[in-house]
Amino acid sequence: MNSGIDVAKVRARGAAYVAEARIAQMMKWKGIIAIVAIGNPLFYLVAIGIGIGVLVNENSGTSGTGGVEYITFIAPALLASAALTGALDEAMFPVMEGFKWRKLFYAINSTPINPGQIVLGVFIGAIARVVFTVVCYWALLIAFGVVTVSQSWDVIPVTIFAAGAFAAVIMGVTASVKNEDYFMTVLNRMIIMPMFLFSGTFFPLSTMPIFLQPIGWISPLWHATELGRYFSYGYSISGIMLLVHFSYLIVMMIIGFKLANKKFAERLAK
Amino acid sequence: MPESLISARGLTKKYGDFTAVDAIDFDVAKGESFGLLGPNGAGKSTTMRIIAATSQRSSGTISILGRDPEEHGPQIRAHLGVVPQQDNLDGELTVSENLFIYGRYFGLSKKFIRNKIEELLDFAQLQDKRDAKVEALSGGMKRRLTIARALVSEPDILMLDEPTTGLDPQARHILWDRLFRLKETGVTLVITTHFMDEAEQLCDRLVVMDKGKIMAEGSPLELIKQYSTKEVLEVRFGSDRNKEVAPILREMCSRIEELPDRILMYVEDGEALLEAITAKKLHPTTSLVRRSSLEDVFLRLTGRSLIE
Ligand SMILES: Nc1ncnc2c1ncn2[C@@H]1O[C@H](COP(=O)(O)OP(=O)(O)OP(=O)(O)O)[C@@H](O)[C@H]1O
Ligand SMILES: [Mg+2]
Repeated sequence: MNSGIDVAKVRARGAAYVAEARIAQMMKWKGIIAIVAIGNPLFYLVAIGIGIGVLVNENSGTSGTGGVEYITFIAPALLASAALTGALDEAMFPVMEGFKWRKLFYAINSTPINPGQIVLGVFIGAIARVVFTVVCYWALLIAFGVVTVSQSWDVIPVTIFAAGAFAAVIMGVTASVKNEDYFMTVLNRMIIMPMFLFSGTFFPLSTMPIFLQPIGWISPLWHATELGRYFSYGYSISGIMLLVHFSYLIVMMIIGFKLANKKFAERLAK
Repeated sequence: MPESLISARGLTKKYGDFTAVDAIDFDVAKGESFGLLGPNGAGKSTTMRIIAATSQRSSGTISILGRDPEEHGPQIRAHLGVVPQQDNLDGELTVSENLFIYGRYFGLSKKFIRNKIEELLDFAQLQDKRDAKVEALSGGMKRRLTIARALVSEPDILMLDEPTTGLDPQARHILWDRLFRLKETGVTLVITTHFMDEAEQLCDRLVVMDKGKIMAEGSPLELIKQYSTKEVLEVRFGSDRNKEVAPILREMCSRIEELPDRILMYVEDGEALLEAITAKKLHPTTSLVRRSSLEDVFLRLTGRSLIE
């Protein structure tokens, strides 16, 4: 009476099984995920291509954007914000489902899989969603002639990496919170909203008053945006700042994982 | 002595200063159906989580399938099927998707799981619901699915935490029937319940737990023999008169229990005692003679009813 369970195999592939399940769950939302992934860039393209962009270019030329068309300036920034939004969805909701709403993690935890593998699996699931979103987004920008194929090879992986750093932190923080509903309100209104407004998406962060700039400095979106501009159209960044952006995101990823691993293990061992 | 699959000595679990499981000893033999019977807060679920190798004990020892869960959690969990007190199915996925995904967590091949799903759907009587979203199932169906899910890996030990709580009588009987069948196939069952009839139906042997401690251990029959009489006479005189007649009744048999609404009298021959009471012109408004049950054992051991 044994199905020949190979524990060593689960030790090696557990995270992949969790990711497989996450993707199966996401497939239930595939319509919405696809609409967001394609509708979002379309919406911006139309609004900015024929609206705001014209206005900006007519009024200030390309001086405010460092010499490039407004649409070129914001394309990598919009890509980053779409990537981080996708990461947020797939890092926050599954963790709440997992611990509180439907307690799915407790079910996984009663199999040979352990908490660290759940963390990694959920993370891989979030990355899958980010990859899909980013590729759709960028493909649309290419199709509309906003960017070229040759501009894509660095910006895409760098943006995915930045979204991964964000996902790791969100997983850690979400797992640390007991009162999820309250947490979601605070996170959305007080952190996510300002982060999206003060990350230099629509205008360079340096044009903001200095006392508002720190919001951008701590925001992963700003770091992702700066890197995206650098890697897509060659926006100039000093070597030091390049290092700062990467280091910030790497540290964020490490802290996020450490926190998530700790909190997942604690909560599942109750 | 048959092979012992689970063996606990001085098993203790503390949450801060609070002791949820207090130095308990027990053994579960292979093929046996073992029960933890106790009221709310007795420590049943806590004990189950320790056996399931998900919660760590504070002190004492436990060995499951010959291993220490602290060191070999995944190896132990690979051979357990866990049915938690609260269903934790994925409501957005279908019945068969839930089974499939859970099977994957054990590293089982897709082909193996696909075949197994057919067998489990038959077992859980959910064939016609295979593509239904779990959200849309009734409570009894969800419970059967949770049990089916726990069986996907062909576990050596099936752990059931209050398998039928919240189900209507019909759904409970369907579930009991499924569990009987499992038992016949040789699966070892560990069951918690606060229903005495469930414990009597399903368990070969059980421990009575209260406040983290084991109060007694044995087969349902042994426990009843040891801690109760053959029969129980239940009499009601109306809440005012109960108090009045209790001292008289106390004289008439070796043990009585006064409950808020009735008086229980423990005797070998209930009918004879009822005749004696009537002869004294104490006419109870209602009376009932029945066999002793685990409920009576619990009352004897703790002075309280099992279900408040
Ligand atoms: N994670 C926890 N933190 C603190 N206390 C806990 C925790 N889990 C359980 N307890 C406490 O331990 C005691 C035993 O709980 P447990 O869930 O094991 O009881 P039970 O016998 O399963 O009860 P029920 O019949 O209500 O399910 C309870 O007093 C409970 O409040
Ligand atoms: Mg319980």
